Formats: sequence, structure tokens, C-alpha cells
Amino acid sequence: MATIRDLNAEHIDILKEIGNIGAGNAATALSQLLNKKIEMNVPNVQIVIFDEVMELVGGAEQVVAAVFLRIEGEAPGSMFFVLSLPQAERFVKQMTGDALFSLASPQPSELGMSALQELGNILAGSYLSALADFTKLTLYPSVPALTVDMIGAILQYGLLELSRVGDYAIVIDTAVHEEQQPGDSINGHFFLLPDPDSFVPIFRSLGVSYE
Amino acid sequence: MNELVHVIKVGIADMNVVQPPHLIRTSGLGSCVGVVIFDQMKEVAGLAHVMLPDSSLARSETINIAKYADTAVEALVELIIQAGGRKNWLKAKLAGGAQMFSFQSANTDMMRIGPRNVEAVKRELERLRIPVVAEDVGGSSGRTIEFNPKTCILSIRTVNQGVKEI
Repeated sequence: MATIRDLNAEHIDILKEIGNIGAGNAATALSQLLNKKIEMNVPNVQIVIFDEVMELVGGAEQVVAAVFLRIEGEAPGSMFFVLSLPQAERFVKQMTGDALFSLASPQPSELGMSALQELGNILAGSYLSALADFTKLTLYPSVPALTVDMIGAILQYGLLELSRVGDYAIVIDTAVHEEQQPGDSINGHFFLLPDPDSFVPIFRSLGVSYE
Repeated sequence: MNELVHVIKVGIADMNVVQPPHLIRTSGLGSCVGVVIFDQMKEVAGLAHVMLPDSSLARSETINIAKYADTAVEALVELIIQAGGRKNWLKAKLAGGAQMFSFQSANTDMMRIGPRNVEAVKRELERLRIPVVAEDVGGSSGRTIEFNPKTCILSIRTVNQGVKEI
């Protein structure tokens, strides 16, 4: 079996394109949902050891709001939509009109949390449907789960299948932010972590050899 | 002479040993288990950040022994003995093994990985006759843990419950 480290420049470009198409579609959905302009960075495709995965978002202890879903089907993997707490609160306030919503409170309002969950569902769903259209692969998303906790503890779930093969992950990371908050580039991240066996079907579906 | 206190960091699927005045820590334990084994009188301790319950899950030829409960615990004991610990005096403290997400989806075995990691670590400790004197496992929160080999106190920080010591 080919390993993650056998990827060449063309493979990396394809994975970037996947991030572009997926997150682009999701950013459009987000923009329509909030009636705001959402900007997106060029996707970052990185082959990193596990501890470096956590560094992509400011270290394992960084507290974030994250929506996680498992992808089943022809190219299984894990997908995360990660928001900084201030950004998550800003989105919820815009969606619900509840100006007092705070994730720091011991019992954040149920309405706010379900708005955040719904935001994650919509975005992850539009990312995945774009990915499925692009690759013509059949992908089934699980019901997304929302949690607010340390990023290290959350992202571990995306590393489990990979960890059976090695200590490396390939992360397709696309950052999005509101137009008015340009300095704050870590506002939202889409992370796609394909399982080790998914690279062959992904590349094959796009006509690139990888065996 | 004053000696600088270092905090030895243990990464994911990693392990190390520590002696006073230094401390040892691992961050962001979710479904992973942090297992601390120590000899209180000799003031030597080791910490492993275990990711998966059993090395039979491995699909590669070479394995990282710190990653799997069934290989990490024994290897950690070995390291502690090399550092001056005594086999019959070892005790253990555990933290982690949370279930961060609950899914109804098909791949529930992998989603239940936290509790499975805890069971596997305990089984290994029992096989090696190392008593577990304290634990903070399960639940649905991520944990950062730090162990002091002098006091043998394990500090556990979670996002919602602050710091507790066991």
C-alpha cells in the first residue's frame, strides 16, 4: 500500500482543489445564512506528525467550538469545522439576535447551541456535497456532533484510523473569516482528514494514479 | 544550588520519565489515556499518552510502542526501572479516556475508543501487578494532566471544571 509520504506535487494540488471546492461551497452557504461576505484562504495541505496537527490551531489546549462528523462510503474520513470561541459567539449572535450569548457561561443558551449545531450541519453538509460532486464518490456523512473543548481532545478522533498506519496525518485545512475581520485569520477552519485507504479512491476518481 | 524546573512534555503516542524537581505533562487528552506510573520513595515517574487499546489494530510493519496500551505500559515500566524505579513498588494513576462525541453511526467501535483504552490500560497494569491508586477517566471532557514525581500528585485540568488533584 502506498503511504502518505508517497504523495507528489500533483497529488497535493488535487487535495488543495478539494479543499477549495468544499470550503468554497461552504463559505457560500455561510455567507447566505448570515447575509455577510465571507472570505476564504487558499487551502493548506500539510503532511504533519500528530503533535503538529494540534499546532495548526494554536496548540492542543486551545479551547474551540467544533463540529465533527465522520464520512462513510467510498472515501471515509473525518471532517471538522472549528471556530474560535469569539467567532462562534459572533455567529450565534447574528443568527439568533441574542446579544448576550456566551460560550463561557456554564450553561450556554440552548437556542444558541442549537443554532451553532445547525450552522455546523449546513457547512459540513455543503462541503461534503461539493466534494462528492467533484469526485463522483458516494459519501455518507454521519450526524454532526458539536462540542466546546480543547482542540487536541477533539482532533484526536480524526487521527484514530490514521494512527493504525503511522504517526502522520494529511490535513486539508481551509480557513474562512468575515470580511470585516481580516486580521483574525484563524476565525474558522475546515479540516478534512481522509482515512489512509481513501487516497486511492480519491485520486483514482480524478484520474491520477497513486498505488 | 537552584535547579531550573522543567516541564517535560509528552506528545500524542509518546512517553517519557521524570525525576524531581521536574514535572511531566501531556495536553489535550480526549479519547486517549494518560497513564502515570511511579515509585514514590525513589521519586521517579513515567507518563505515556496512549492512543489505541491494542497493537493488533496496527496496520504497519513497525509500530510505535507508546501508541498502544498493550505495548506502552510494559515499555514505560521498563523505562522507569532503568531510571531507578523498583518493579514491586510501582503504582499508577490514570486520566483520560473520554467519549467526546456520541454518535449513532456505524463505526461505533472507534467512537467508543476512550472507554476501550481505559479498559486496556487497566488490564495491562493488572497483568503487571501495578495497583491503580487514583483515576479520573471517562466523561466527555478533554483533559490536560501534569504529574509531580516529588509529591506524586496528578493535576487534571478540564475546560469546565478547572483544576483538580488526585
